[in-house]
Amino acid sequence: MSVLVYTENWDGKFKKLSYELVSYAAGVAKMNGTSVTAVSVGRVEEAELKQLGNYGASKIISVTNENLSQLDSQAYAGVIAEVAAKEGSKVIIIANNNTGKAIAPRLSVRLKAGVGSGVSKLPVNHNPFTVYKRTYSGNAFAQLVIKSDIKILTLAQNSFDLVPSSNTATIENYTANVDGSTVKTSVTNVEKQTGKMLLTDADIVISGGRGMKSPDNWSPLVELADLLGGATACSRPVSDEGWRPHGEHTGQTGKIIAPNLYVAVGISGATQHLAGISSSKYIVAINSDKDAPIFESAQYGIVGDALKVLPKLVEAVKE
Amino acid sequence: MKILVCISNVPDTTTKIKFAAGNTSIDTAGIQWVINPWDELSLTRALELKDDTSNGIKSVTVIHVGPAASETTIRKALAIGADDAVRVNAEPLDAYYTAAQIAEVVKKEQFDVVFCGIESSDFNGSTVGGMVAEFLGVPSVSAVSGIKFENGQAVLTREIDGGKETVTVSAPCVAIVQKGIAKEPRIAAMRGIMMARSKPVKVFEPVAVEPLTQVVEFEKPAPRAACKYIDAENPRQLIELLQNEAKVI
Repeated sequence: MSVLVYTENWDGKFKKLSYELVSYAAGVAKMNGTSVTAVSVGRVEEAELKQLGNYGASKIISVTNENLSQLDSQAYAGVIAEVAAKEGSKVIIIANNNTGKAIAPRLSVRLKAGVGSGVSKLPVNHNPFTVYKRTYSGNAFAQLVIKSDIKILTLAQNSFDLVPSSNTATIENYTANVDGSTVKTSVTNVEKQTGKMLLTDADIVISGGRGMKSPDNWSPLVELADLLGGATACSRPVSDEGWRPHGEHTGQTGKIIAPNLYVAVGISGATQHLAGISSSKYIVAINSDKDAPIFESAQYGIVGDALKVLPKLVEAVKE
Repeated sequence: MKILVCISNVPDTTTKIKFAAGNTSIDTAGIQWVINPWDELSLTRALELKDDTSNGIKSVTVIHVGPAASETTIRKALAIGADDAVRVNAEPLDAYYTAAQIAEVVKKEQFDVVFCGIESSDFNGSTVGGMVAEFLGVPSVSAVSGIKFENGQAVLTREIDGGKETVTVSAPCVAIVQKGIAKEPRIAAMRGIMMARSKPVKVFEPVAVEPLTQVVEFEKPAPRAACKYIDAENPRQLIELLQNEAKVI
């Protein structure tokens, strides 16, 4: 009956998102009067697995199988379904990131379990099981009732505070039944940047728009992000123009992020842009147009030329 | 090879969302309906692939689950260049229901590759594509930002944290696509609009499926506090506020 949480690992390591997931699962388990079981797929050291206990997992099921070395959504959903059945779990928590979006829907059909996707708060109600979810790209929220016996919730990153716990988790090694011939996708090449702060992981994001005027003007913005330990982002026109890489585009069709601080520099704040950043805890707008819609979403604003304000901000932070 | 592109009908992204019927539904008065942005990009890519005759794509069909009123959106897709369309005559009750309907049509009509947008801008569920694949028992690849065909296989670019992977898979399969799959959505030309009128739209009645979820109430996002303005000549004050008031740096 435990709440099952799938904790993805990145080269054998967990990150803040993993602990957010476990903290969230612990919150749901408390509502249900049950405990949290985490399922991990792939090779993760015991000491790392134990970390999940620090956020409320009582049991960790560690699945290792050479046929699961790359994400195959069909195979992964199969394994998680197998573990869910073994544990008798009625609620399954997965991240609402690319991996979670690949696995959750397949798991849903396999278990006939309704999905509440992109949740950021604990369920509103236990019976009927009701969650609060973002809809219309952030322009509305909905209370969604999940009617099936088993429920799947996908948690938005950076939306749930970590809740430390004094649990000591037990670890169970589990040999999944995965036949290599059932894995139908193969990864033939991987290109990955290492050592760079990922936009989706960053607590602070400094983002530039057309108000930056030219791709040559980015250095104070990058410097500000570096000084604050944040990541850089941009608006759609900027990535479309090739001023910045596509991976930096935040907005409806780009990345959807929820940092603690989002600084929009020279971004007017079109609806499509706001759809990607509206869950940020604090938004700062720097724009020369005092009527730019971004100011309606911002808590702090500076009306002024981005290129003049940025160097001053850099100086202020340095001091 | 036959390609199926799933399209959803969503309010234009600049629409101010209002509610109706005691906040249980959306007030549709005055809403401009468009093809979901990700679906529009996936249709564009499917048509580009068909244009290259070496891929041997026989047809690009669009499918939509919705009432007759959404036929306008289907005609838009046909005007952009889809060869024909299927409409399942039903309200898309939830993702599970919708995916079950699409899967049923795929079984009947035998498509090789199904394209789905990763998300719809109305419900933001990101689930229909994966569900269709699981109903069909075929592989799916999600977060796809590039697709081509080589030696009878689909070669996909999959976005991962901090990078990308190349994934190969044989048809039948489902590609769940995101930004990057096509540069700009293809726009209907006058000739396309004329031709769309006579392109076939097959209508299927839905199969009986119980939806698993239901929206019981909509609400507006909590309004943000009014913006506090800081003098452009003194941005130091912003840093102080972020440190001492917001406590985020």
